[in-house]
This record gives sequence, C-alpha cells and structure tokens, in this order.
Amino acid sequence: MTTTRRLLLAGSAGALAAPRIAAAQESPGVTATEIHIGSTNALSGPASSYSVISRCLEGMFRRLNDEGGVGGRRVRFTVYDDGYQPPRTLEQTRRLVERDRVAFLFNQLGTPTNNAVHRYVNQRRVPHLFLATGADKWANPREFPYTMGWQPSYRVEAQIYTKHVLEQRPNAKIALLYQNDDFGRDYLHGVQDVLGDRFRSMVVTATNEATDPTIDSQIVQLQATGADVLICGVIPRFAAQAIRRVHDIGWRPMMFMTNVSVSVGVVMQPAGVEKGVGLITSDYRKDQSDSAWANDPGMNEWRQFMQRYIPDGDLGDNNYTYGYGVGATMIQVLRQCGNDFSRENVMNQARNIRPMQLATLLPGVMVQSQPDNYNVIRQMQLQRWNGASWERFGQVIEGAGS
Amino acid sequence: MDAFLLQLAAGIATGGIYASVALAIVMIYQATHHVNFAQGEMATLSTFIALTFIQAGFPYWVAFGATLAVSFVMGALVERLIMRPVQHAPILTHVGVYIGMLLIIGNLTGWVFGYTTKVFPSPFEGGGPMFGGLLSAHQLGSVGVTLAVLVLVYLFFTKTSLGLAMRAAAYNPRSARLVGIRVDVMLALGWGLAAAIGSVAGMMVAPIVFLDPNMMLGILLYAFAGALLGGIDNPPGAVVGGFLVGVLENLAGAYIVGTELKLSVALVIIIGVLVLKPSGLFGRVVFSRV
Repeated sequence: MTTTRRLLLAGSAGALAAPRIAAAQESPGVTATEIHIGSTNALSGPASSYSVISRCLEGMFRRLNDEGGVGGRRVRFTVYDDGYQPPRTLEQTRRLVERDRVAFLFNQLGTPTNNAVHRYVNQRRVPHLFLATGADKWANPREFPYTMGWQPSYRVEAQIYTKHVLEQRPNAKIALLYQNDDFGRDYLHGVQDVLGDRFRSMVVTATNEATDPTIDSQIVQLQATGADVLICGVIPRFAAQAIRRVHDIGWRPMMFMTNVSVSVGVVMQPAGVEKGVGLITSDYRKDQSDSAWANDPGMNEWRQFMQRYIPDGDLGDNNYTYGYGVGATMIQVLRQCGNDFSRENVMNQARNIRPMQLATLLPGVMVQSQPDNYNVIRQMQLQRWNGASWERFGQVIEGAGS
Repeated sequence: MDAFLLQLAAGIATGGIYASVALAIVMIYQATHHVNFAQGEMATLSTFIALTFIQAGFPYWVAFGATLAVSFVMGALVERLIMRPVQHAPILTHVGVYIGMLLIIGNLTGWVFGYTTKVFPSPFEGGGPMFGGLLSAHQLGSVGVTLAVLVLVYLFFTKTSLGLAMRAAAYNPRSARLVGIRVDVMLALGWGLAAAIGSVAGMMVAPIVFLDPNMMLGILLYAFAGALLGGIDNPPGAVVGGFLVGVLENLAGAYIVGTELKLSVALVIIIGVLVLKPSGLFGRVVFSRV
C-alpha cells in the first residue's frame, strides 16, 4: 500500500515538475504583445514610504507604452505588497513566478526581504534585477548569477571614504564604528578592501547592536585610541547620537557618515545642525533641492515626467529620482534585448550594460555592468555638511567594485 | 586612566537610564507581584503623549504633569479592562497577555505617531557638556529626577497607610481583604503608579536616545537585569542595580569582552543572579511555609 502511494506521489511530483522544465526553455511572461514584469514593495507597514518607488516605475512603464513599448510589446508591471516582511516576500515572489508566470523580477525592496528569495530565484533561474537595497551581497555573480543590485553598495561607499582618507591623510589612524550585522559589516569589508595589509595597523574598530540604548561607550573607546578619522556605518538614531557625542567630548576627527543616515530632518536636526559641521558623506544622485540643478536638462526631463505621469507626487521626495534612475536602467536593458525576451537573454543584457549617464544621477556617475562585476553604480561624489545643507566637493570617486 | 574614568562616566550616564526603568519594573512588581513586559512600550507611548502636549504649546512641566496624569489613568485602565478578566488565570496567561500588550501598544504607537526618530526636549538644557562632555546637564538632571522618584516611592510605601495597604494587597490578597483593604482598587492604583513612573523614565530617557516607537526595546532588558541585580522587590536596590549594570556593561565592553558581547553581559547578569542569588544583592529572602 505504502509503496504504491509513494509511487503515485513520485509520479505526480514528476508530472508537476515536467511543465516547469518545459517552461524554462520557452520565454515565460512574454507574449507577442506583452512583457510581464513582477515586483514586491512595502506598500504597507513601517517601510511604506518606499512605496512611491513602485509608483514611479509604474509611471515610467506607462510612458514607455505610450511611446510604443519595447520590441513591439507593451510592458505590464505587477507589484505585490510584502509589508517589508520576509515570509510574505517569499510568498508573493512565488506567486509572481509560479502563478502569474512573470518574465522576471525587478526592483524588489529591502535587504531582509530580498534575502528571503535570494536562493529561490537563483535556483529557478529567474532574473532578479536592480534591487532596491544597498547590501553588498547582490554583487556576487559567481554564486548568485541571477541577482543584481543597482545603487552603490555600502561596501563601495566605505571603499570611497577610505580612498579619500588615504589621499588626504596617508598616515591616518582610522576609527571604524559599525553595526554588528550585514549592513554594518559591509563597511568593515569596504575599509579592508582598500587597506589590505595595512588594515591591522591603521584601523581600530568598535561595534554596536541595533538594540543598544546608546553608543557613548564606543565613542569614548575609539577616541581614547588617538584616532583622527572616524567612519560610521550605523542607523539614523545612532548617527544622531554619534554626531552629538563626538562634538560634545571635544573630539574633532575627520568624520564620515553612511549616506543612509544623513537626512536633514531625521539625523542632522536631532543631533544639532551646528554639531555636524564638517561631517562628510556621499551621494550618486542629483539632489532636487540643490539650486545647481534648477535648470539641468536631466532634472527637467524628470520634472516633466513627474508633471505628466505623477502630478500629485511630492517633488521633494528623492525616492522619485531614485526610481527614475533605476527605471531608466531597466528600460535600457529591455531595449538591448532586441526581440528576444527570454530569461537567459534578459540576464545576459543586464550583465552587459555599457557605461552610460542617467538624467537623475550626478555627472560622471555611470551605470554599467560586466559579467564579472555586478556593481551597477560604483562611483559617488563626497559632500560636506556646512551647518545648513550638504555641499558637494571634489571629483567623482570610484570604489574598487570587487 | 583617563579613558577609564571616561568609560566610568559613560557607564553612570547609561546606568541612570536603566535605573529609572528598573524602578518602574520594581514598582509594578511591588503592586502585583508580576513583571510587566509591556512596561517599556507603555512608557514610550506616554513619552509620545508628552511630546504631543509640548508641541501643542504647553510649558514643559505642565506637559510633564499632564503626562503623569494621563499615564496613571492609562495604567489603571489596563488593569481594569485587560488584567482584571484574567486575574485568576495561570501565570502563563499573564505572560501571554503582557507580550500581546507589548506588540499591540508598540505597533499602535508607530501607527499613530510614525516610525521616524524625533527630538524630545529636556528641561535641563543650557548647562552645556560637563566632565569632558560625558555627562550633559540633562543626564545629571535625570539622575536627580530618578533619585527624587525613588525617595517618593520609598516614602509612599513605608510611611503612608495607602502604601502599606498596597503592599499588603500584593503580598497576601486574601488576608488584606479580610482586614478591609479593597484589593481590586489597590491593584488598579499600583498599575497606575507604575505607568506614571514609567512615563517619567520615558521622558528622561528620550532626550538622550531620541524618541521612536522602539526606544525602550533594548533598554528594558538592561533595566530588567538591573532590577534583578538589586532585588526585584527593593526600589533602592533596583536603582543601584541599574547603575551597576550600566557601569559593568561599559567596562566589560571596553576592557574584557569587546563591544560585540556587551549585550551578553546583561544576559549573564540575569542568569548569574537567578542562579546564585535569586533575591538579588539587596532583596529580602522570602520563605514560604506551606
């Protein structure tokens, strides 16, 4: 009895598996008139402020369709809500891949959420492109060839800071404060990449947990080592604490702050705007509030798009300039595909983007990819806090892009 | 040596935070003989209410008083509406209810007030940084407030008949009822007082760590370690315990285990106390005869 049931199960499993294999050889999600692209985003919950990215992308595909589509086909873009909860991301991603049978996945939001589907999409060989997260692990073509990030990773960012330090103070003693998780350790790795053997002699480190009440002790400990440079990879709450504490104890290092924790309202004002003067961070986007871009052709193109397709969107929200850049990259890949939108060809084109400038990115910051380098954006420009706003300075710097 | 003194000062500063929250934990334990896991979330909610008062234009100390009153009512209502129906249920039910409240109140706070970090004003601003910038005027002021609350709590429990009645109601409800104490009123009062003390802790902590819905998440664990170390039924002990945990954690992090294991220090203290001296450093050893 048992044996027959097993056989039966094995048989039905085989029957279920068979169409999958067949499907992989065709081009799922692609018909003569349509390309179906899937995504997940936090449309609800604490991270839902990022949901405007999906709105922006949806507007861009609408514009593309209005202009005649790509390869003679219209783009259909489906976004499901995962509430920024990894189990739901997996559930919704499987729904996209197995039930909706999308061609590929594009710009899913979040590090823990993408982590939950990382293995799954690579096993199924579904392109998992231009994710909305800055973790370094998405640039690992050897082990996860179907996953690709877009924005400069935290690791590339740390590489850029370290390069600037070496240029300005070749004999610096660097203090590194990072959060004891994947996000923070990307900063550790970035500094190690640039310094190599010199890391042990040049760098002192301290870590904090996201649950720590304060980081006073770590700051004091780092100051006591006599370091004259401080690089911080911490979330906004600790960023504000660090800026205030470093100032209050009279330590004046050359101080770098991760660019995810430099918002004026959330970090600089709570810390005290005068306490952060001289703080250095980086960006790869044009800041729409910067008067230098008031008549910039690229930014005007973006403003026209907003006016026409998202008239009620908040023009001060830089998620829209992000979305415009990542959407333009995706459309470029689709154009490169010609008439072949199979998963293999989409992936092949995504890993062969020749360096190009985008409307909402800083001049000199290129979007590009090579089969062995998935760091799509690897350049940034430094900027310094002057007590009221961020001022860009120096040339665009390129990370090692490991 | 200089660095050592600075670490010590940083430890005392964070210890002050733990001490004020530990005091609130002990308070609820005195009144109900339970540890309320939602204490931190209730305090955070109170702090957001205080911020709302301040933003509406009330002077700080008026907002402070109003928050104490609102928190007191909130605490008493929680007892009436949520704890009363499960009064005679087993201890595990209570734990379940506490954890449920932790999640509900925490998410409610985020939903109403948002998840972004906010600045909370301090009544002790203006002095500028002292002792090499390690103790701000606010930190000294908040230590003063914690000690003042401690003295008030101590006087309340030892010198007033209401305090005595409350202790009796928690310690032995049946006998208390027989001598004419209204045990249910005492329980509601105890919850109200604990919530009010929690709100003081929240308002003292928020200017240092910044206000967001998860503000108390990490602090509560350290505060719990402090309360246990000092003796869970001893208010002065809890305050001393809170300061000790702050200093130990900082010194161990800086000189012994490294910053990666700072959090573990709090857990080691909790387990160490429970195994070696369950009543804590200053707690009374209680014998139950059956």
